[in-house]
Amino acid sequence: MPAALERAVTVRIRYFAILREERGRQEELLRTGAATAAALYDELRGRFSFSLPAGRLRVACNGDFVGWDHALRDGDLIVFIPPVAGG
Amino acid sequence: MEGFALCDRPIDPAQERRRLSDPRAGGYAAFEGWVRNHDGGRAVAGLDYHVYPELALREGERVIAEARDRFDILRARCVHRHGELAIGDLAVWVGVSAAHRDAAFAACRYVIDQVKDRVPIWKRERFAEGTGVWINCATDREEETHEANTR
Repeated sequence: MPAALERAVTVRIRYFAILREERGRQEELLRTGAATAAALYDELRGRFSFSLPAGRLRVACNGDFVGWDHALRDGDLIVFIPPVAGG
Repeated sequence: MEGFALCDRPIDPAQERRRLSDPRAGGYAAFEGWVRNHDGGRAVAGLDYHVYPELALREGERVIAEARDRFDILRARCVHRHGELAIGDLAVWVGVSAAHRDAAFAACRYVIDQVKDRVPIWKRERFAEGTGVWINCATDREEETHEANTR
């Protein structure tokens, strides 16, 4: 089996704000060969033409912030956080 | 009492203020963020707030806990509204009670600054002509393309 498929995981992605608008949906399940959160965003940005580069975002896994090098695991809930603007 | 809350209905400042009362308090400081009718010289019809509730509550509580650690205060609370808001609506309320005013003002300022900077809440400005823009999310795609082409 090719290495990329061997380590493929299924993650749930929830979208908020500008990413929800650009993706056109609130969430999705995705099988991916991406090993890290950073690689996953690269993959999604390539597929869906997200306007924001990763450098402008933060990322959360299972309800809390994680680093971009977070190693994806089966069942992770991933949320990419666009620049916030509360207040 | 939770220190940070989200709500999708109008915030009642009088009710929030009562939660701060403490016999040791000499006063309280509050900040109210309102929806204004202009931004960057452009007329704004209203604001739509989106929130990632689980993480906003978690991060918001961290901000309140930090305020309690850093300043000599008694109680601190922040309530942020989400959904579609109109001009003049109260979007966020922060209140801090303390024995003395310096700590109350400083902690109130700290909470609103950190909430704006860190808590996953987003706002989209609605313009009169029906278009809108996500605040802080603008990109200059041309510039990015240019950079990619000249690397």
